[in-house]
This record gives sequence, structure tokens and C-alpha cells, in this order.
Amino acid sequence: MFDTGGVTASLSNLPGNLPGNLPKSVALRRLTELVRPVALAGQRTLPVAEPLAGLLPDGALARGSMLQIVGVGATSLALALVAAASQDGSWSAVIGLPELGLVAAEEHGVALTRLALIEVPRWRRAAELVAAVIDGIDLVLLDARVPLRAIEVRRVTARLREQGAVLLMVEPGLPGGSGSQSALTQAAGGWSPDVVLTSTMPSHPDSGQSVAGQSVAGQSVSGQSVSGWSGLGHGHGVLRQRRVTIDATGRGRSARPRQLELLLPDVHGAVDGWTDVSSSIKPSSIAHASTDALSFLRRGPRVAG
Amino acid sequence: MHCHFSGGVLVLPADEDRVVRSLVVVCANWPLVAAGASSDSAAVVIGAGRVIAASPRARAEGIEVGQRRREAQRRCSSVIVHDADPDRDARLFHAVGAALEHVTPRIELSTPGVAAFPTRGPSRYFGGDHALACEVAGAVDAVMESLGWPHSVGVGVADGRFVAQRVAQQMTQPITEGGRFSVLEPGSSASFLAPLPVRVLGRDDLTEVLIRLGIHTLGAFAALPAADVLARFGSDALVAHRLAGGLDEQAPRVAPLPAHLMFTAELDPPVERVDQATFVAKGLVEQLHEALRADGLCCTRVCIGVETIAGECNERIWRHGDSFDVGALIDRMRWQLDGWLNGPAVLRPTSGISRLTLIPDEVGPAKGRQLGFWGGESAADARAARALARAQGIVGVASVMVPEVRGGRSPAERIVRVPAATTELGSSRVVLTDDAPWPGRVPTPSPALLVDEPVRLCDARGAMLAVSGRGLLSAAPAFLDSPGSGSGSGLGPIAIEAWAGPWLSDERWWDPDAHLRRARLQLLLRDGRAVLVACEHGAWCIEGWYD
Repeated sequence: MFDTGGVTASLSNLPGNLPGNLPKSVALRRLTELVRPVALAGQRTLPVAEPLAGLLPDGALARGSMLQIVGVGATSLALALVAAASQDGSWSAVIGLPELGLVAAEEHGVALTRLALIEVPRWRRAAELVAAVIDGIDLVLLDARVPLRAIEVRRVTARLREQGAVLLMVEPGLPGGSGSQSALTQAAGGWSPDVVLTSTMPSHPDSGQSVAGQSVAGQSVSGQSVSGWSGLGHGHGVLRQRRVTIDATGRGRSARPRQLELLLPDVHGAVDGWTDVSSSIKPSSIAHASTDALSFLRRGPRVAG
Repeated sequence: MHCHFSGGVLVLPADEDRVVRSLVVVCANWPLVAAGASSDSAAVVIGAGRVIAASPRARAEGIEVGQRRREAQRRCSSVIVHDADPDRDARLFHAVGAALEHVTPRIELSTPGVAAFPTRGPSRYFGGDHALACEVAGAVDAVMESLGWPHSVGVGVADGRFVAQRVAQQMTQPITEGGRFSVLEPGSSASFLAPLPVRVLGRDDLTEVLIRLGIHTLGAFAALPAADVLARFGSDALVAHRLAGGLDEQAPRVAPLPAHLMFTAELDPPVERVDQATFVAKGLVEQLHEALRADGLCCTRVCIGVETIAGECNERIWRHGDSFDVGALIDRMRWQLDGWLNGPAVLRPTSGISRLTLIPDEVGPAKGRQLGFWGGESAADARAARALARAQGIVGVASVMVPEVRGGRSPAERIVRVPAATTELGSSRVVLTDDAPWPGRVPTPSPALLVDEPVRLCDARGAMLAVSGRGLLSAAPAFLDSPGSGSGSGLGPIAIEAWAGPWLSDERWWDPDAHLRRARLQLLLRDGRAVLVACEHGAWCIEGWYD
């Protein structure tokens, strides 16, 4: 593309953004900056869905990085993070997480043809397993309950950098495994994630709740809810969407804390940005959700009779 | 081909169009013969879940090579299934090799069941190609008859190995009359091959494209300019093009092989067991591979020599279609050692092995491998398949799964996990499309975590809830209480913030075993988590968490 002769010739009459009176060495350095291949950083990343881009330094998953995902809806967040790259042709693998709901994965947009699910029956060979999977698969979801020793963790992390895969450590929100506890054990275990994504329930949950309650069932839901879920009433409605607040911190380029409000899952089971109560509920999605709910409800009497 | 200077080795230009007149012996259904199946029963050999050999009776029932096990058993329920074992096939084929040794010392083996040798010397000795072919067919048929499979030998003589093998394979078909051997006159290879379908080249990816391009016969393929075939389809297709034109895969070498590519290992003390000898062979193979790689060469034919302390000698030439990698070459060495040391007692050596020799007989420049152009196997798929194969080695074949879309109402049955080993990676696995109307399906969004955990659902006074036959709850749910603390979830009763349901599903009522009658509820707990619970026969369980 760039002919050396052409570049030398253009040094004498540089374009407007490079002043012509600079010393040649400086001008050359600036020119190098200009013609540096810009695709390089892009090749080192994997895309994420547009609403999640604000959480990550380049708006994408950096290859060779490790993400820790904790909090409410960690499983959904992990699925949402891998979906775009998975549809782009990358393979994804889930190590552990025997409870993972595959329908939820499909709704998030994970390509099922490029998904592998690996059970870990014998924990003691876990490090070897993770290293083997990282070798050939771009996106690896690792169950945070898989115990790895500090030295194994270092080995896995080094392998990760070398192979350019992305490791997402997921803490499923099951009762019994309190997030802070295993986060502590992991810190002791030597994991040093590049990005830590903590999802929490929103600080002002009431507004979304009441409007959604009205739109679905025609009556307001009484009582304050601490959850971000909307759509469910007392004996009516269906779970429609959940508002979460996601905090991203980390090391290096991800050190600057970021925060996003998301709908996770939204009415289609995927992820969407949360903006405002009035604009977040689109008429079409309400219609969609209520027909779902209707068909769900209609089943009842027919069976009972 | 031109001069290649690679690492100091000069690969001399060979005469492009010269072919070696060869004799090929094909033992039909060899995997079945080696498995000990009887020739008049319906039997198949299954490798990696697919039929790799089927007996004539099984073929009459509609079983074809390449079918899946289940399909084969559906066509013929009484079929006898044998597992594939390449080691066993190779070991038993030693008997055929030994029978041919009386005819010529230079026997070349590619896969168990097929043996070949150049006819130039032996033909003159026996007085012509016909006499030689007759001699060979008789000798091998005697061996096959002793194994219980008479009349399943084909012998072909022609210019070039590939043509001779086609001729021999035709001779094994039951419809051919008048003898078990056939001799093609010199110079008639191309005209013999021309009407054959391109599928006989055995390269599915290539032949599929060729057929779509309207090239159905070998003659039509051979008529394409070689340079265009190379440019469009890669080096592997060029080899196929040579074969279709009646040439050998590679032009024969005329220059002697450089001495630094021959490897010998002296075993002191001599070894008598196959695994011990294979261990030494492994080192030898790796040395050879290193030396070849340093010169930028690959090896397509190798001569393996084994010598005992009493001076008994066993020498075989092995051929590989592409090129030998380390694993394939170690396999061949093990097969040969196994066949000799554990073979028939009359052929077995009387003392331990003292020397192993490895001589690459046919080397060519390493061309690498070209990946698919349109769809098919991409580099990422191949990498993932390799990684998953390693994972299978660590956690077991049954523990590596892939999703399969089945359709249904509950999240657990809509998409299920099947072992990756039973399917083809990278293809879409949809048994039943998921867009059919399933009344009563759990609505979107689906729970991200699926569990099956017994639980108690109580009303405000702590009494367990019940669902009536008409789908009515006995009271409004107020608390969710996990009964056992063993599962780590015994956190005491949690208050319920909001709920909806019950939704009833009554599935497969016509089948007493599969009948499923469930009432589902969505609950929102005070701690902010949403959960899908179900009631069946009066007992509640958690179906999934909306994590």
C-alpha cells in the first residue's frame, strides 16, 4: 500500500495538520503516527453488544483479558457480554455452571452452533482443563466455584495472554454462594482480574416498577421493591425486564470506574440500555410481552377442565 | 516440478509423466474380516459413531458406509455391530503381507486391507502381468479363505497405484465375473479412469464443489489445466488432479536419499515386547520428523525395518495419502511390530528385537494444508475442535457437551445438552425448530440458571400451598422455604414480594411414563431475586433462577 518513495516525497509537502517547518525527524515521527495501522487494536479485541460498550475500555473485550462478574444477574451479564462476539464467529465455552439455562443463552444471542459446555466432574484437573480450552476457544465462561490454586491461576493467566482468549469468571446468583465470600477466596487464590463487573439492584427501583405494573395489569403494584424487576404483581403479570446498575472497575486501562444502568434482561431476554421510564418502554415491546403473557395464561383453564 | 533447494537437500526434478506400473491387492471388508465377523451374516464395523465397513448381507439390507450407528440399526435390527480397532486390523493384515513376501520383498501398505508393489521385477520373474496377478490372487485368497472370507480379494495391475487400486476394487465387487484379477494394458489408465465419477477421489470437500461446477467424471476433471486447478483449489486438489489423469500422487524419485534422513536405533538389551519397542520407535520417529522439517520436506512413504538378534528381518513400506505426521508414523511402527511379534506363531520371530530402521522412501516438499474457501471448516472451528478434543481427554468424552434445540414448553427441555462426540461440531443442531406454537410455554425472558431443587411454598400462616385441579391456589403465597440445609440453600424462609400464576401445563397425557402435569409460578423474593417454581403431585420445586 505505502510505497517508501511516496512517503519520502510527501515529507516535503506535508498536509495541513503537520506544520512544514518541523525538523525532519519530528515530522517523520508524526507521519509514522498518522500511517500506523489502526486495525491493530481492533484485531486484539472482540466486539460486545452496543449497550455494554460503555463498560469496557475500548468498548470491546480485550483479548487476553480476564473479567470477573459478580452480583445480581451475573449469569445474564456474562451471557450478554459474549453474545456479540459469538455471533461474529468466535467459539464460546462454559466450564462448570451446570445450571446454565441454554434458552436464556439463546435469547441473549449466543450462537448455539459455536457453544460448548464442559462439565467439571473432577475438580483437581481443573487448571489443565481451563488451559486446554483457552488454547482454542475465544470466549471462556468459567464457574467461579471451580477452585484453582494460586500457582495454577498464574499459569492460566499467562496462557490467556499468550493465546488471546477472554476469560469471564462468573459467580452464579444461586442461594448459598454469597458473592463477597467467594470474591475473597479468589483474591486469596491469586486471581487478579483486569475488569471487575459488579451488578447491583438499582438505587431507585420504585419508578420503573409502578409504571410497568400499570401498563401490564392496569393497576399499580403496592409496596416498595428492592429488586429492579418489573412486570410482576400480586397474582398477575409476568416477569418482563430487570433494571440493574453495573459498576466496572479494574486494573490498567480499566482502572477508571464506570457505571451503567441496563435492562438485563429486557423483554426479549437480551440486554438493552436503560434510559428513562417513559422512553424505555416501547409500545411494540408491551404488545409483545402481553401476547406472551396471554398465551401463557390461556393454557390454564383448558387443562383443568 | 522444479529444482527445490531446501536446507541443502536438492530434490531433483523428476519425470512428470512417468508412472510406476503397480499391482494392488484389495481385501474387501477388511475391518470386518479382522473383527472376526462371518461372511454370511449382516455385520458392520462402527468407528466414531459411523459405519466404516458393512458386510454384503448388511448392504443388502440397505446399510451403507458412512451411516450413523442408529440409522444402520434401524435399517436392520439384527445387524451385528463390531467396534473399529485399527491396531487389530493392521496386526491381522500381517498374514496377507507374509503371503505376498513369497512373491516380492517390496510390499507397500497404505491402510490395512490394501497392499501394493511395483510389478517390474516380479512380473518378469513370473512371466508377465497376468501370471503375476494370478499368482498373487491365489496366494491372498488362500489366506482369506482360512479367515472365512473366500472370494473377497481383488487384484489389479495398471500404470500407477491409484488406477490399479480402482481396478482391484472393481474386482472385489460380486457382479464381476471371470476371475479375481484384471490387468490394464500399459497406456490405458486415463481412458479407464475417464468415465468414473469424481467421488472415487475420496476428497468430499473438493468433489462436492466439482459436482456443483458440473464436473462429474474424472475425465472431465483431468481435462482442466493443472495450473488453474492449483490456483483455485490448492495443492491437495493438484494431487487429485494428477490421480484423475492416471498419474501417481508424486512423480517417482530417481535420486538416492541423503544419508542423514535414515535413522537406526540399536536396542541393547534386545526387547521382546511391543510397547518397549514402540517407546524406542517414538524417539526415532521424532528424530526423523525433525530432520525432515529442518529441510522443509515431508514424507509420504516410509520403509520400516525390524531386525532381531538372530538375524530375522521384517521390512514393510508404508504409504500415507497426505504425509506422515508423528502420530501416524508411530501408529504404523506399532502396527508392524504388533503384527510381527503377536501375529501367527509360524511367522513370529524367535528372539528379541535388536534393531529398528526408519528410511523415508518418498519425500517431497512440505506444502502445508489449505483450509476451506467457502464455509465448511474454518480455522477457528478447527482450533475449537482441537481444544474440545483435548478437553474430552481431560474430563471424559461424556462431559463435553453441545446444545441441541428440541422445542418444548419448559426452559429445560427446549434446548438440551448432548455429548459433543455424537454430533458434528460447528453445524447447527436443531431436532425440532423452536418456533412452533407451544401453548403454555414459559415466556421470555427465560431463567438463566436452571435447577431442580425441592422447596416449600407457604402462605402467610406457614401452611404449604396447594394447587387445585382447576388451577387455583389454596392461598396467596407468602414465603419460600428451602427444606434441606444440605444443599447450602437453607437460608430460612424468604418473604415473597410479588407473584403470578399458576400456569398449568399438562404434557403427554397419553403416555403414562412421560406424563407431566405441572403448575408454574413466578415469584419475586424480598431479597430481589426472581424465581420460577413448579408444583407437581403436591410437591414444590424450584425450576430456575432469573439470575
